[in-house]
Formats: sequence, C-alpha cells, structure tokens
Amino acid sequence: MMHWQIFKAFFRVGMLGFGGGPSSIPLVKIEVVDKYKWMSNEEFQDVLAIANVLPGPIITKVAGYICYQIKGWLGVANAMVAMILPTAVIMTILLALFTGFKDLAWVQGMSAGVVPVVLVMLAILTIEFLQSAKAVTTWAFLIPFTIGMLIILEVLNIHPAIVIAIIIVISLLRKYKVRGGST
Amino acid sequence: MIYMEIFLAFLIPGIIGYGGGPASIPLVEREVVDTYGWMTTGEFAEVLALGNSLPGPILTKMGAYIGYEAGGVLGSIVAVTASVLPSLVVMILLAALLYKLKGTNKFSTLTTLIRPVIAILMGVIVVDFLFNSLEVSGGFHTIFLIVIAFILLQIVKIHPAFVIMIGLIYGALFIR
Repeated sequence: MMHWQIFKAFFRVGMLGFGGGPSSIPLVKIEVVDKYKWMSNEEFQDVLAIANVLPGPIITKVAGYICYQIKGWLGVANAMVAMILPTAVIMTILLALFTGFKDLAWVQGMSAGVVPVVLVMLAILTIEFLQSAKAVTTWAFLIPFTIGMLIILEVLNIHPAIVIAIIIVISLLRKYKVRGGST
Repeated sequence: MIYMEIFLAFLIPGIIGYGGGPASIPLVEREVVDTYGWMTTGEFAEVLALGNSLPGPILTKMGAYIGYEAGGVLGSIVAVTASVLPSLVVMILLAALLYKLKGTNKFSTLTTLIRPVIAILMGVIVVDFLFNSLEVSGGFHTIFLIVIAFILLQIVKIHPAFVIMIGLIYGALFIR
C-alpha cells in the first residue's frame, strides 16, 4: 500500500519536474508534506538543508532519504525507479530514433540549430552560479578567486575533482568565515 | 573495461558536483567528451538539449543515455547508479551527523568557494559550444539564434522546451 503511494508520488515528481532536479523540489514537498503527510514542513526543510550540505544530485538525495525514513531500502529503490526510469527511457528512445535519421540534411540542421540555444541556457546557469556565490561574499573576493580558479583549471589543466576536493578539505578544516580578500 | 570507465565518468560528477544535478553537467562533459571521447561536443549539446526539454532529474537522464551509448542497457544502469547512489548512501548513513553540522558556517564557506569553480567549468562549455556552432552553422545563424534564445528565455520567459523546439525547427529549415 505504502509502496504504491511512494511509487505514485515520485513518478509524478519525475514526470512533472522540468528544469532538472533542483526545480522539482517544490513538487516533492507537495507529495511528501501536503498530500501524503509523511513529514511536517519543518522536517522537510531540515532534510533539504542536509541534502544541500552534501555534493551530488539534490533531488535523488532528498527523495531517497525520505523514503528510507518511511520504508527502508526497498522504499529508496522504489522511489528511485519511479522518479528516474520513465524519463530515462523516453530520453534514450528519442535519441536512438534521432540517431537513425542522422544522415538527412534537415536532421543535421536540427542538431546544429539546437547548439546556440543550449549555449544560452548554460550561460544563464553560469551567471546564476556566480550570482549565488556573490550573495554570500563580496566581488573583491569573488573576482580574484574566480580568475585564480580559471587559471588553475584551464591553464594549468588541473582536474576539477582535485580542485573541489582541496576546497572541501580546506573549508572543513577552517574554523573561521571567508570574508574579504583572503583565500 | 568499459563499465568501469562509465562508472568513474559518472561517479566523479556525482560526488563533487555541488549544487545539484545541473552543477554536474560540466563535469560530465569533461569526462564524456574530453577524457573518454564517447561523443563530440556537438553530440553532447544534442543530449543536453533533449535532457532540458524532458522532465525529470537532468543528471540521471544524461547518465541513462550516455551510459547506453557507451555500454548498452547495462552501461545505462551503471551510469545512473554511479551518479546517484554514493551521495544518497552517504546522506542516509550520516544523516544524524549532518543534522548537527547544517547550521555551521563551514558549509556556507564550502558552497561559496565551489560555486565559482562550477561557474568556470560551465563557462568553458559555453565557449566550446560557441566555437562548435560557429564551425557547423556559421556566424549568422549562431548569433541570430543566441540573440533569439536569450530574448525568449530571459526577457519573454518562455518555457525552455519551446525555445529548444524553435532551435530545432529553425535548424531544420535554414541551416545547411
């Protein structure tokens, strides 16, 4: 019974959430707090806060954690399948069909026409990331830091995993806040 | 060992992408296009375009398709598992500890420092896409579509799926 509810709830989240996981969080809240009342709004906010502490996709952590609370590991598996599988299958089928017609001139035109559009979407996302960093620090820190990181990542060609791992270690070891020009 | 490669290609974005699935996109591009060469920049843009027009979490959709391209159905399962499972398991196992840490400023420091890194990685893909488009479609179509897409997305605020559709139709009709 409960498993069927979990399946329905996260199937809806997966099929109705446009714009990637983070924009689907309100949909999870509607299912989990408003509709099925598996937790209170405060508990949901707490789950969201700890999901933001960890790296990795947000929506799968939130959904997985909530379902673990109510139905254990089987609940987790159920929610993941319900949320991920339908759109993953649709995506694979559509792209496989598309690949089959790849030699046609107009299909090649389509794949060329989509690149500038995706470029703009990513550019907007890039600016949003910088703005959200700006919201908690100053330009005086952010600009030199960003330029420094650009050099490390693109000129020195250090793998981003190494850069991010170092940042994680440094921020966990430090006891004081980052403010102003120090790195 | 293709499955091991797929696993690593999605494990790294899954465990270092700070800020949810979309933040992992540049990390996936780096592995898939640069490190393993499973697809070109243009093909990656197509996958991203379709991923943005369909509902559901973005990283898992990308993983499902790219994993399938590189290693069939099993590859698809491996990619999705690698991108989702590690961070989820950590969250479930360490929840009690994380509750204690969530208010401390260590994590706000962390997020502040990682966002510019993600922004740079995304900015680099934007430049990649730009050069790719200039090469394939030429300057006129590229600039025209960038301007139109920007106006529709940021000023008129039409749903991204429709803007992608416009790009597809424009391309089918005018880009040769």
